[in-house]
Amino acid sequence: MTGKLVLENLKHRPMRSLLSILLIGVPVTLILCLVGLSHGFIEDSQKRARGVGADIMIRPKSSSMLSLGYTMPIALVDYFRKQPHVKIATGVLNATVEGVTLGASGVDLKEFDAMSGGFVLKSGGPFQGPDDAIIDEYFADQKNYHAGNRIRMLNSDWRVSGVMESGKLSHIVLPLDSLQVKTGNTGKVSQIYLKLDDPANTRATKEYLEKLPALEGYPIYALEDYTSALNVNNIPALKGFTIVIMGIGVVIGFAVVCLSMYMSVLQRTREIGILKSLGGSKGFILGIIMTEAFVLGIGGTILGIVMSYGAYWLIHTLVPASLPMVIVYEWWYIAGAITVVGALLGALYPGLIAAAHDPIEALSYE
Amino acid sequence: MNSDIIQIRDLCKTYRVGKVDVPALRGVDLDVQKGTFLSIIGPSGSGKSTLFHIIGGLTPPTSGKVIVGGTDLSAMTDAARTRMRKRTVGFVFQKFNLLPNLTARDNIAVARYIGGTDAKPEPEFEEVLRLLGIGDRLDHKPNALSGGEQQRVAIARAIVNHPAILLADEPTGNLDTENSKAVLEVLRDLNRRLGQTILMITHNPEAAAYGDSTVQMRDGRITERT
Repeated sequence: MTGKLVLENLKHRPMRSLLSILLIGVPVTLILCLVGLSHGFIEDSQKRARGVGADIMIRPKSSSMLSLGYTMPIALVDYFRKQPHVKIATGVLNATVEGVTLGASGVDLKEFDAMSGGFVLKSGGPFQGPDDAIIDEYFADQKNYHAGNRIRMLNSDWRVSGVMESGKLSHIVLPLDSLQVKTGNTGKVSQIYLKLDDPANTRATKEYLEKLPALEGYPIYALEDYTSALNVNNIPALKGFTIVIMGIGVVIGFAVVCLSMYMSVLQRTREIGILKSLGGSKGFILGIIMTEAFVLGIGGTILGIVMSYGAYWLIHTLVPASLPMVIVYEWWYIAGAITVVGALLGALYPGLIAAAHDPIEALSYE
Repeated sequence: MNSDIIQIRDLCKTYRVGKVDVPALRGVDLDVQKGTFLSIIGPSGSGKSTLFHIIGGLTPPTSGKVIVGGTDLSAMTDAARTRMRKRTVGFVFQKFNLLPNLTARDNIAVARYIGGTDAKPEPEFEEVLRLLGIGDRLDHKPNALSGGEQQRVAIARAIVNHPAILLADEPTGNLDTENSKAVLEVLRDLNRRLGQTILMITHNPEAAAYGDSTVQMRDGRITERT
């Protein structure tokens, strides 16, 4: 019967109910989008790193797994080529094109093809000149670029020589020499990839390289370790940012439900008086208010999830290369729990007011 | 053995309005036998509603003794009075006070639910509904019912848990003559056929005449009983 009372009340004031659910759903969507984007970024990075086909990766001195802007001499590539078990060594220079999620990589195409098996081109062909660029299908879709187009990025004009299948290294690939010159990094690379004669030698080769005095201070990663270590906790400030967004979710859920239920309790003063005259206890009245908040919280969670699919569709349609978002199902429960807790907290004060109503005063309320 | 279902001795009730004490009842004594249909009549401010609220357990007395169905209300906590309202008394109000979101059937079911029984009334209750003449109106919400129908649903809700006392506060105050007559006849039928004890507050001497006896109140005191 409590359920019926709650349901009928929600139906009786549909605009209030729908607005409450919508406002509760917004922070759910925010949380799910943030989590979806961070997970998408990580998964995308893992996929691209694996796509390189290397066994070991060397980063510049003092750099961390995801730090940008650090470089090291390209001469090191030759040094690595001379080490035992190293079959192919190639250097890559990174540059950001839009924000931190859309980057370009400068490669020696011949070396990179030998290591990765080559880019799968959907149209066009490999570099023909120093100002050529190969872009992936997501970036091509996002910008509506085609092979043969002239495009501007990194303060320079480039010709799209080919459109490749996504999943290797970066969304945009440029000739290494050109990118070095245009970014003022002549003779420098951002990371060096090594392909070994046998992947089984990865651990031993990594340990050997780490002991070489010439490589002291250079972070050396087995690619498999690097990709598995890529997670949201390793992205600087992301965890804190997620907690802030979750906090905002709780506060919005709390505020929306508190205001909505407070208004509802005022509007229903007489009805509360009726229930009290029938013998409804304080617990019964509080239970009705809390159940209503719970239903609003659940409704908001469901709408928030639906809206996160809308955001997912929009992102994949408009900016598939810049924002790699995924749907993270396990966060549905977390976002839902955060929202419901906020809603229940928000309903507590109006619920206690309703429970404390004097029945005679409530019955005479107009 | 005393068959009085209500015994009231030297009942006083004083409300505090701001910093002023306003006496509403000033020493009321009243005995009501089980199965009585008692009308309480008097002008506004005479204390009728306050007496009604105290007997119904909606507010505690300031002093005096109020025994309803063998239980002394003056010693009861707020929670105990709430429990008492579930099954000992049933209220009928001037403004019907049905829950607007629920159908007539659900309004009755809520009282059953709060009373701690199955939401669905016993089969015998169908006879009461037939007596009330609302058997075919139960699936309508209050806004689809006439005033007379709403008040009869309120009566059904008030007696569905078989309370010892039915308290009716101006039950015809919002009804036209025809509906007033119908409601009063229903109350008299409930009293005569089911032996339901009824206390009815009214301004109207014609309505009061439906009761077995009448109590006249003025200035917080009972001035006459006939």
